[in-house]
Amino acid sequence: MSTLQMPKVEKSIISNKNEIVSDLEKIVKSENILSDKDELRPYETDALAAYTQSPMLVVLPETVKEVSEVLKYCNGNKIKVVPRGAGTGLSGGALPLEDCILLSMGKFNKILELDYKNRCVVAQPCVTNLAITHAVQDKGFYYAPDPSSQIACSIGGNVAENSGGVHSLKYGATTNNLLGIQVVLMDGTITRFGGKAMDSEGYDFLGLMTGSEGLLGVVTEVTVKILKTPEVIKAALIGFSSIEDAGNCVAQIIAKGCIPAGMEIMDKALLKATNDFCKAGYPTQAEAMMIIEFDGSEFEVESHIKTAEKIAKENNSSSIKISQSNEERLKFWSGRKAAFPACGDLAPDYMCMDGSIPRGKLAEVLKEINNLSKKYKLPVANAFHAGDGNLHPLIMFDASDKDQLRRCEEFGADILKYCVKVGGALTGEHGVGIEKRELMCEAFNNTDIQQQLKIKVALDPNSLLNPGKVYPILRKCAEEGRVHVHGGKTKFPDIPRF
Amino acid sequence: MEEKQNSLTFQDFSQSVLKPETREDISYIIQECYKKNIPIEINCLKSKVNIGRNFQTEKTLNLSNYKGIIEYKPEELYIKVKSGTSIKEIKDELNKHNQQLAFEPNDFGPLFKGNHDEGSIGGVISCNFSGPRRFKVGSARDHILGFQGVNGRGEIIKSGGTVVKNVTGYDLSKILSGSFGTLTVLTEISIKVLPKPESSKTLVIKNPHLMKALDYLNISLSSSSDPSGGVFYPEYFTNHFTFNDLTYEGPLTAVRIEGPKESIDHRIKNLCKELNLDLNENLVLENEQSRILWERTRTLEVFSKIKSNLLRIVVPSSETFDVIKQLRPFEPKYFIDWGGSLIWLQLDKINTKILNDIRKIVNKGKGYLTVIKIEEDLKASVDIFSVDPVRYKISEKLKKSFDPKRILNPGKMYSGI
Repeated sequence: MSTLQMPKVEKSIISNKNEIVSDLEKIVKSENILSDKDELRPYETDALAAYTQSPMLVVLPETVKEVSEVLKYCNGNKIKVVPRGAGTGLSGGALPLEDCILLSMGKFNKILELDYKNRCVVAQPCVTNLAITHAVQDKGFYYAPDPSSQIACSIGGNVAENSGGVHSLKYGATTNNLLGIQVVLMDGTITRFGGKAMDSEGYDFLGLMTGSEGLLGVVTEVTVKILKTPEVIKAALIGFSSIEDAGNCVAQIIAKGCIPAGMEIMDKALLKATNDFCKAGYPTQAEAMMIIEFDGSEFEVESHIKTAEKIAKENNSSSIKISQSNEERLKFWSGRKAAFPACGDLAPDYMCMDGSIPRGKLAEVLKEINNLSKKYKLPVANAFHAGDGNLHPLIMFDASDKDQLRRCEEFGADILKYCVKVGGALTGEHGVGIEKRELMCEAFNNTDIQQQLKIKVALDPNSLLNPGKVYPILRKCAEEGRVHVHGGKTKFPDIPRF
Repeated sequence: MEEKQNSLTFQDFSQSVLKPETREDISYIIQECYKKNIPIEINCLKSKVNIGRNFQTEKTLNLSNYKGIIEYKPEELYIKVKSGTSIKEIKDELNKHNQQLAFEPNDFGPLFKGNHDEGSIGGVISCNFSGPRRFKVGSARDHILGFQGVNGRGEIIKSGGTVVKNVTGYDLSKILSGSFGTLTVLTEISIKVLPKPESSKTLVIKNPHLMKALDYLNISLSSSSDPSGGVFYPEYFTNHFTFNDLTYEGPLTAVRIEGPKESIDHRIKNLCKELNLDLNENLVLENEQSRILWERTRTLEVFSKIKSNLLRIVVPSSETFDVIKQLRPFEPKYFIDWGGSLIWLQLDKINTKILNDIRKIVNKGKGYLTVIKIEEDLKASVDIFSVDPVRYKISEKLKKSFDPKRILNPGKMYSGI
């Protein structure tokens, strides 16, 4: 891996470790301060497992007051703080620093209120995304944003990353489903942005905090809106004999006014790998396959499915299969959800990218990726949240071969640069973190970045909260930007991904 | 789109109202103001210029000449426009492709001028007031994909882009929405657009009581009928809604259902069942008449040319009944939008004490209150927006990060910011 430059380590802080521990023991219970090497190990990385670093200490506060006092203490003593939720982030947002206190929110794991009258749930930040849906589903409700890792990722982490999911085309990402947060700023200030009432008055700090990757404040409570479960959900599997046809079909379905709940495309390489892996009944002869899902009332879903079918045929679809039962619908998705473990069978390592592009550029970008694949002599498979233009190319390589690793890194950076070039974004849903930090200058000029840094300084003048993340340190477009998986093992191999 | 080079001269800058046509000129003007410490009012078509605190500036930056659609891609569901573009022009363009601004911006024209005037897109985003569909699709801030603007140092900055999924850096589009031009002069805005629903129908429930109305709205919003509008109009307002099929003049609750035609009928039938309503005793407005009812709601038609004061109150819908009950001594006229969460409150009599008392009631109900229209002599002495000391302090810091010399719309939102 490329060497990663992080903020300067303050040796004087590390040498004061014992004193810091005894000061912190006045704020939190001593068993909630971890300082032994073995105790720190589980916290040395998040799901961007290529980078590891032990923190100086881990602190697990139990109350908002404790969070506030720990931050106030750190601010007064110039100690860096890295907040952490479930640690499932893919861009290294929770990577510790050698001289930091890692603030684990793990003990904030309770759902505080199910409020059906206002259709919202109030939860502590380390409640998992899926636990919110589980808590309200018996009353026929659910929480819409569904990142693939929803079984493990925390709702506070979702706020920090503005997580999306398969359904964000129709229902939006976290920012569109969030009503309020309680947050503690670096100086210990406890405040609330938003609440159960829609939109807040004055500056939209809720919107600013969402997706700020833990740089502006520590979220201690979250209020999210919940939706009524749709009456009917149906999916279709559509095969195409060319990527261009599949891409055109996506654009035309959207343009027609059919907004699907989910719309995924896989290319031939991935299609074959996943079908071999879990026998989902995919059209393996096709060059590309689309899974399209509609939800709503029965008539609405039927009418949309018919429209999608018609447009698919006009775009030379080679096969169409519509789910006849919920069981079959889930089977359609099973292959897509196993896409990444399936890739583990194809090569010793793969690197997952996360670019966002205009829907209409799909064919062009995939063609470029295939050209790059030839140039770098490395195979690639593509999964694509087609409805909202979020592309996840998987580059296959062998990390034990230094030359392959170098080629893979260059290949990945070239893909992201191309995404920006066609009007897209460096990251659709994984966040910048440390992973794409040095690529920020592809998307922003210095003035843009300076404005963002001024906001950071306004709320955290000493730059102590999660420093070294999101904004470039090297000021060069380094060859970084992917999730590295070795031997099919991610940090949490059991969690569905991407 | 190619921009012209900076065309303003020093002499042009000496004018008190500046109407630039390029972003370079906008940047030049703000740079000059920054250098010379000159506060400047930012406005455009002035349809909402009366909302906010009064403040004095030497100069005005009027964006009405900075207009035009830069790029519209119906299949990508976005439109990129210059900030001075009128909502009318944008809507006309979207209409050609059967698309819309789904958040239904409020039209304050009837209230302030007596005729429709939706103003510019820059104004709509800067105020972030959204219409009846808000609870389903989000507000204006949820529909901005990206922007370009000029901060208080005269620097051209941008954030976001034109794709829906983008988590690169802080989401500055959100912080600029509802900032009333106090942080950055918006120059270009990329907005998410959505297809118009195939059809729309409205279930009109004849009912006299607020409590029952809120109950109907709550059940509707919690049902799988997926409504896109929910209002309650008391009796004194319903004369605005007597048209064609709607001859009933009593208090009414209305629920809008949109989508494919067959699905609407099916959902209305199911909803009536859930609400325990006999469809014969109530009324369903067909497409065009349904459209009129929601258009009149969005444009605040019931307040057309009122002389009295108008407050906008947002609370969690579970609090609405108690809040209104406590407001009765002030003899307000009101109607309820957003399925029970938004109260538009008209008051003939107001003073500082009354406003403070109302604000206390609203705050206790976990909501907030914005003064939309108030007697001029009171405007200087009351808080137009609510803010607590902690938020004020943070807002002050944020303002400084964008506009360190406090030259953009100074005091428009809060005194000292």
